[in-house]
Amino acid sequence: MATIYIDNKPYEVNPDDNLLQACLSLGFNIPYFCWHPAMGSVGACRQCAVKQFKDENDTKGKIIMACMTPAADGTRISIDDPEAKTFRASVIEWLMLNHPHDCPVCDEGGECHLQDMTVMTGHAYRRTRFRKRTYRNQDLGPFINHEMNRCIQCYRCVRYYRDYAGGRDLNVFSVHDHVYFGRAHDGTLENEFSGNLVEVCPTGVFTDKTLARHYTRKWDLQDAPSICIHCGVGCNTSPRARYGMLRRIVNRFHFDINGYFLCDRGRFGYEFVNSERRIGSIRPSVPQRQVIEDIASVIKNGRKVIGIGSPRASLEANFALRMLVGADRFFSGVRAEESLPVAKVAELLRRSPCPIASVHDIEVSDAVLVLGEDLINTAPRLALAVRQSVRRKSMETAARMNIPAWHDYAVRTLAQDERSPLVIATPYETALDEIASESYRGAPEDLARLGYAIACAIDPQAPRVEGLGREEAELAERIAGILKGANRPAVIFGTGCRNAALIEAGANVALALARTHPDPERVRLALTVPECNSAGLALMEAKDLDAAFEAARSGADAIIVLENDLYRRSAVQQVDEFLRAARTVVLDSLENETTAKAETILPAGTFAESEGTLVNSEGRAQRYFKVMPPRQGVLESWRWLREIAIAAGRLNEDSWRSLDAVIAAIEAELPQFQEISKAAPAASFRIAGQKIPRQLHRYSGRTAMMADITVHEPAPPRDPDSALAFSMEGYQGPPPAGLASFFWAPGWNSYQAVNKYQSEIGGPLRGGPAGSRLGEGKRTDDISYSSRIPEPFRSRDGKVFVVPAFRIFGSEELSMHAPGIAARAEKPFLEVNPSDAEKLGISAEQEVALTFGAVSRSLAIRMNPSLPPGVAALPAGLPESAGIPVPAWARITGR
Amino acid sequence: MFSIFRTLWQVAAHMFQRPITVQYPDEKPYLAPRYRGRIILSRDPDGEERCVACYLCAVACPVDCISLQATQDEYGRRYPEFFRINFSRCIYCGYCEDACPTYAIQLTPDMEMSEYRRENMVYEKEHLLISGEGKYHGYNFYRVAGLSIRGKDKGEAINEDPPVDIHSLLP
Ligand code: SF4
Ligand code: SF4
Ligand code: SF4
Ligand code: SF4
Ligand code: FES
Repeated sequence: MATIYIDNKPYEVNPDDNLLQACLSLGFNIPYFCWHPAMGSVGACRQCAVKQFKDENDTKGKIIMACMTPAADGTRISIDDPEAKTFRASVIEWLMLNHPHDCPVCDEGGECHLQDMTVMTGHAYRRTRFRKRTYRNQDLGPFINHEMNRCIQCYRCVRYYRDYAGGRDLNVFSVHDHVYFGRAHDGTLENEFSGNLVEVCPTGVFTDKTLARHYTRKWDLQDAPSICIHCGVGCNTSPRARYGMLRRIVNRFHFDINGYFLCDRGRFGYEFVNSERRIGSIRPSVPQRQVIEDIASVIKNGRKVIGIGSPRASLEANFALRMLVGADRFFSGVRAEESLPVAKVAELLRRSPCPIASVHDIEVSDAVLVLGEDLINTAPRLALAVRQSVRRKSMETAARMNIPAWHDYAVRTLAQDERSPLVIATPYETALDEIASESYRGAPEDLARLGYAIACAIDPQAPRVEGLGREEAELAERIAGILKGANRPAVIFGTGCRNAALIEAGANVALALARTHPDPERVRLALTVPECNSAGLALMEAKDLDAAFEAARSGADAIIVLENDLYRRSAVQQVDEFLRAARTVVLDSLENETTAKAETILPAGTFAESEGTLVNSEGRAQRYFKVMPPRQGVLESWRWLREIAIAAGRLNEDSWRSLDAVIAAIEAELPQFQEISKAAPAASFRIAGQKIPRQLHRYSGRTAMMADITVHEPAPPRDPDSALAFSMEGYQGPPPAGLASFFWAPGWNSYQAVNKYQSEIGGPLRGGPAGSRLGEGKRTDDISYSSRIPEPFRSRDGKVFVVPAFRIFGSEELSMHAPGIAARAEKPFLEVNPSDAEKLGISAEQEVALTFGAVSRSLAIRMNPSLPPGVAALPAGLPESAGIPVPAWARITGR
Repeated sequence: MFSIFRTLWQVAAHMFQRPITVQYPDEKPYLAPRYRGRIILSRDPDGEERCVACYLCAVACPVDCISLQATQDEYGRRYPEFFRINFSRCIYCGYCEDACPTYAIQLTPDMEMSEYRRENMVYEKEHLLISGEGKYHGYNFYRVAGLSIRGKDKGEAINEDPPVDIHSLLP
């Protein structure tokens, strides 16, 4: 701790911070633009000026940039110094010389950092009479709007896009006061994290294009804490609604997971909630009571009811179905090829050789091995973290030269291309290979063998891999050396290849590291799972979909499918046969092929209209809450199932009246979920006797929004399930982290208000953790090596081994109903190695027939020289590939 | 004693003064233009809707009786898709007019607003929009703003230079 003097008062601060960070952490308001807590300082905007004094006798002082000055012990500064104040006001005045008169029509207005800072400095009147510079804008694709006139040249966008996210197609062009931030030509921003520009840019240059279609100001949006449901990472989001329609997703800071950034799938995938394919009422149309009685009577009399759960439904919904049909007739709803590897991951979540890594842990790892994962497509936010991990080395070098880590430009200039080791072992080249120090391509079995070999090279006690090629053996030694030499090594693997052996191999590496590392607590393993609640469902230990098919063959009276499109999981004939076996009831929010076959459809609320708990890939249970009440006739899945259970006599009238009661039931029945009630404060939680409002205190239009329907202003809907209220009334201070959704503080209307909610700048939110780690992510000591080393991969004549290739835009079911995401989804190709193509006599772009046993698909071919011979990659989860049980051997025939 | 006589005197004196009662509604009093009565939405000098759907009036309104939804035309001009004022809630404080950056929303000297049904006090855009500029003449927000709209390209607003040629390296 260091003591600094601000306006002659002493304060304790962290000496590793710069003065700006330190002052903001202490709660002072200093205006700034170019500094960003996740990206450090470059001193470009000159806005954060304060006055520094040599010692207590110095009365003159000198103006310095707070963001470029370390908070060294004994530093004396003045924020209120009149000269410093005038300087800051002049800086804003310069920055505003060319600023257009746009606020009323600017989408940033009301959440604009430039507005806030202008007010903060007191610059209120435009004095210049000269003409304003103007620019032409670019079309940047379906996500981002461009309005260059509003730029203040802080360089945050390019620093974020290029340096932080690794994008290439956004840059700064031109010279002097003509600098231009954009692309070389009009066109879609290619980076998968482009949406963060909306929050990174302190002005309205980059704004959310999906929001613009139904524009609403920040103060008018109703929001609730939520969890991204588009992959297993579990980023925290703040979805926002108005007039009963979901309008946008904003990042919700979570120190351990998403930090300040979301991926584009998570940010722009929300539009499925407003899709025309939403199911709004019971089909066929019958009164609610009748349909519930009807389904209940089947359960009461027939007894043989099959329940199909879903990895994209909450724990509560899955548990409710399990209770309704009985644990032995509750199935997980995924096929064996997916559920086996997911079960392996779940096993690791319960008993792991080293602590499970959060996304933040990966950011600070100094050597990373990625085993079998195309991270940018299977766990996008984790890939962004890996990009930061390779910068550890430059941080170390900088530290040796006494350059603080926040001194971004200096650190980068010093480091040049110096990077911490990153090893990528995958079936085909991935986006992260460009920053990797070692890359290896192999079929999943060979990747697993490499993993086993690395483990053995780290710890000779680990099982040896027989028959390893010389090259592989050397590579394994090299990687082992890298990982052993690291201070904080991490291994990332998971379900991306749908190969259980690969997961065991990864666990072996982690175990070998934990056994040999001087400080085993510093070793980390990070996991990936396919969907938002895959981990939670796997922890429920239900049988898989194949078992459900089997059960149906021996007779069933009814099948209840929970939020699961079975045609994405299995071949058409199988699902057809299964659904024909009995009366089918489907609970879902969007029309799909399964709902088309259902006899009864119960309209379920999406994540925005229900609440529940999801377990992410690090075993963290997190709660999401209703952003808006569901429309008339729509219910949360668990409520539908509760109603049916009551009618069928499985529950009594009084049970499960609120979500907390369901959570208590889960905790009582399944010990693995002991901790989930701690994921967020319970519904009874109050501060000063008050609930937490979902609406900002400036929420407008209360007495007019519904006046065209009724002038009587109905009471706001009640929410028995959470400590949140559908109202602007309630506790006005910062709520605890698990309930914090919007960030606002006096004078801070932009997203940067999150500063005021953090324990220190860039640190965790105040008010306790959001989410609860099941088993706390600790390591277990009594784990032994796995020795199920697979045979090496051998190609087969006339056949290819097809592995799944996930895509950030396309592979996930719900986000594909968002027009923006659908526009970014590429046409599906079967990717093959050119040598295989030559052998099979097929050429690029040619349509081929791909035959897996009885299933056949026709697809165009694309050459991918990075694939190992005999292995082909098929995009997963697209309509063209839905229901194909990859990985599997297939025959390719040209047409 | 004295006070009784004084009162009598005053009453008698009033009998010879001019009555100040106005025969409303047959006789209408003069209300200054700044009088805060029924609200209208005005048009700019080009005859286009002035309101740019910025939501500032709505947030300024202390009784929250304004609600609207922004939309934009194919050239990017923002305007309200709907604009509703619930006059049964309005307190005619004029905050909305103060907040409006475009002079679109204006209070007028019409205070004759009474209805038998509250529903009839709910005015939509079609009821609010007048065909002129109202109290404030000449101001045209889109001619000052940097946003391009139909008929006004980048650099064509008041006090603007033509768009920068970003390929030029000249000083
Ligand atoms: S576009 Fe935004 S982030 Fe980029 S330099 Fe301009 S103001 Fe800064
Ligand atoms: S990484 Fe996954 S959880 Fe995070 S925003 Fe993207 S899709 Fe959502
Ligand atoms: S006059 Fe006052 S109460 Fe009436 S709409 Fe305007 S701001 Fe609201
Ligand atoms: S303040 Fe003026 S421009 Fe803005 S929404 Fe209201 S009437 Fe329209
Ligand atoms: S924030 Fe310090 S110079 Fe920009």
